[in-house]
Amino acid sequence: MAKQRVVVDPVTRIEGHLRVEAMLNESGVIGDAISSGTMWRGIELILKGRDPRDAWAFCERICGVCTTVHALASVRCVENALGIRIPENANIIRNIMFLTQMVQDHVIHFYHLHALDWVDLVSALGADPSKTAALAQSVSPSWPKSSPGYFADIQKTLKKFVESGQLGLFQNAYWGHPAYKLPAEANLMAVAHYLEALNWQKEIIKIHTIFGGKNPHPNYLVGGMASTIDLQSDNAINMERLNMIRDLIKQAAVIVEQMYIPDLLAVASFYPEWTQIGGGLGNYMVYGDLPAKDISDASSFRFPPGVILNKNLSEVLAVDPTNPEEIREEVTHSWYEYPDQVASLHPWDGVTVPKYTGPKPPYSQLDETGTYSWLKSPRWKGHAVEVGPLARMLVGYAHGRDDFREVVNEALGRLNVPATALFSTLGRTAARGLETRLGIKWLQDEFDHLIGNLKGGDTLVADTSRWEPSTWPGEARGFGFTEAPRGSLGHWIHIKNEKIESYQIVVPSTWNASPKDARGQKGAYEAALVGTPMADPERPVEILRTIHSFDPCLACASHVLGPDGRKLAEVIVR
Amino acid sequence: MISLDYDETLQAAAGHQAEEIRERIMREHPGEYVLAVEGNAPTGDGGVYCTVAGRTFLDILKESAEGAKAIIAWGSCASDGCVQAASPNPTGAKPVHEIIHSHPIINVPGCPPIAEVMTGVLTYILTFDKLPELDRFGRPKMFYGQRIHDKCYRRSYFDAGQFVETWEDDGARKGWCLYKMGCRGPMTYNSCSTFKWNNGVSFPIGSGHGCIGCSENKFWDNGPFYTRLTNVPLPGVESTPDKIGKYAAVAAGVGVAAHAASYAANQGIKKAKKNRQTKKLLESDKEE
Repeated sequence: MAKQRVVVDPVTRIEGHLRVEAMLNESGVIGDAISSGTMWRGIELILKGRDPRDAWAFCERICGVCTTVHALASVRCVENALGIRIPENANIIRNIMFLTQMVQDHVIHFYHLHALDWVDLVSALGADPSKTAALAQSVSPSWPKSSPGYFADIQKTLKKFVESGQLGLFQNAYWGHPAYKLPAEANLMAVAHYLEALNWQKEIIKIHTIFGGKNPHPNYLVGGMASTIDLQSDNAINMERLNMIRDLIKQAAVIVEQMYIPDLLAVASFYPEWTQIGGGLGNYMVYGDLPAKDISDASSFRFPPGVILNKNLSEVLAVDPTNPEEIREEVTHSWYEYPDQVASLHPWDGVTVPKYTGPKPPYSQLDETGTYSWLKSPRWKGHAVEVGPLARMLVGYAHGRDDFREVVNEALGRLNVPATALFSTLGRTAARGLETRLGIKWLQDEFDHLIGNLKGGDTLVADTSRWEPSTWPGEARGFGFTEAPRGSLGHWIHIKNEKIESYQIVVPSTWNASPKDARGQKGAYEAALVGTPMADPERPVEILRTIHSFDPCLACASHVLGPDGRKLAEVIVR
Repeated sequence: MISLDYDETLQAAAGHQAEEIRERIMREHPGEYVLAVEGNAPTGDGGVYCTVAGRTFLDILKESAEGAKAIIAWGSCASDGCVQAASPNPTGAKPVHEIIHSHPIINVPGCPPIAEVMTGVLTYILTFDKLPELDRFGRPKMFYGQRIHDKCYRRSYFDAGQFVETWEDDGARKGWCLYKMGCRGPMTYNSCSTFKWNNGVSFPIGSGHGCIGCSENKFWDNGPFYTRLTNVPLPGVESTPDKIGKYAAVAAGVGVAAHAASYAANQGIKKAKKNRQTKKLLESDKEE
């Protein structure tokens, strides 16, 4: 095989716009790769001069997939700056909304954004429905929809769909690629569950509608939440609303434990080689989240913070995103410029000045030695790090937390692989599922906690003592963060005379999809692609597997805004 | 049957195989496909702020629009520019109707629009083979004909002068009117108070937060969001029933007048557009 450059643009089944260029060596293995965010919109410039209490609404629109996370980071950021401590119930409601988002997002990612990298849809046509039923019952005995008739019906629908010649979303994909390893029956089972998950995801998210009025983009509030609780009112969070939430959590637990996790483990068992591919940096960072009562008390977080370097699980380093020496962003390979050619800036001193120096469109290739992305390169103490579910599971595991160890060890045992298998593409995908198991359990815990508070007579959801700008200091700085589904998210604000003086956002996919830095250190996507063997460069399913294992959100990463990213949906009318 | 052929967020194909699908639709189905655009095109610096497959989004949008049977601008980004077009609009983001002039653009604003509204607009076009009636902002009248305020279940509190004054006060718990907390319901045309959200579970006002007016043009620059609108006649809290009645009538009168103006203005534009569109739809009928 000759040396070759493989370009994937657009990388689909993600949020936002991502381009990957991979350089293959003579043996068909990726020797080098670059990741490019190809869109920018300038939220930080738009926020300047506005009311800090409005910032969450602007920030929330950065992304429509992990829709609440920027709103949460933003209200925390403003509250941090103004010294507001939210009521315990508001903290619980935010935790419930956080976990609802995480559980929904991870299930959607697995079935609708990632599964088709492993599942050959067309092969499902050749499956035996009875054997599929037997397989489904063996991997998940309690899941009710696993009869031969059910799978025969799904297959019939699929057949009709394929025979119509209108494959819609599924046309022109890599069906029949030699890298697909699942037997036809497993493919049919996965296709059936793709549809089940699609139907379910619109249910669980009703929890956001109850507390925030709508989804996508539910409402948040600086100081707490606007959804008042009054058990004696038919116009507030009351028993009817609480019952609905309780039912939705129960339903989600069934989906996760009886469908998602069994499917994840079943699919993973056919791809053992992917525990050796796609590990990448080996550095992991977590800001932490899910406080018991107060976001300033990191010791109470369900997701503990920390940094792991060089896959060393015996040491967890402390992380402080407010320390100007720890987190710094570079623009060496980005389409921005810094004043006075400064090498890097902490977000509190950050500036966003676009300066496009890439090729004039239309272009066929980017220059890896020059500038090639709308993403900056954030680094922790100079290290490129990976953020996201794998980082969170590893940091929790390395901290010795029992809940993390239990789900990780069980999965490793079921797949019969060592812990080092986690440092891989498949490890990243598995970690997302294991985290969802924790998420569903915590969701129930948080709900019980809320009920406990209500029993004790505490119904407060907002602290309004610093609502009026006249109560604010003349100048203040704040930091707000969350563990978004895709990883650690930070917002840094500077408030002056009741207005936003500056606002900087460093999102999970900026860490993961960042371009190289001044020392040539690759970003997490780039590093993870190196060493990947490719069977057919014309149909680069291997690149998609590793990139999708990170669950990219480029709408966020390039600080761009737009509820659903910029995309065209074309519909053929017949 | 609707065949969703090109959608980067969901489609299985990637890279050049994905772009081939778009090219094939244009080549094999001219005048037959509906182009539903989400997001908008940055026009600054030649469009370099958004590229797909090495081409500017601006370029791809223009190319894809040419052979479309109908064009829907889905969401406030596409229909108005939304947040990235908020001041100072760093990338020169423009809504579809400011870029494409060959077709009437069906604007379906909202951040995002209600799902049932999105499917309603699309299936209306397919079922009745015509475009929905549009108001002067290009919005389907069937879903954007009335203000949130007109059908709000808290409207009676507005008329009675009973307002939430601070988050967590007694009025907030009882579900009084959020107007004084900045609610944009009185100036926002959308179906939220009728259809509600996520299968009718709630809508912003129903969950205690005012409407931010996300389906109105330039709503991001019409803030701050928690400052009450000053152009809505407000019944006084201490009012007598007579006085409240009078104010309420004035408020309703303003709504009606604004509507009448919008309807009149729309007629002229619509006729011109309708003739062109009807011709187009008839032509596509013939081809089929």
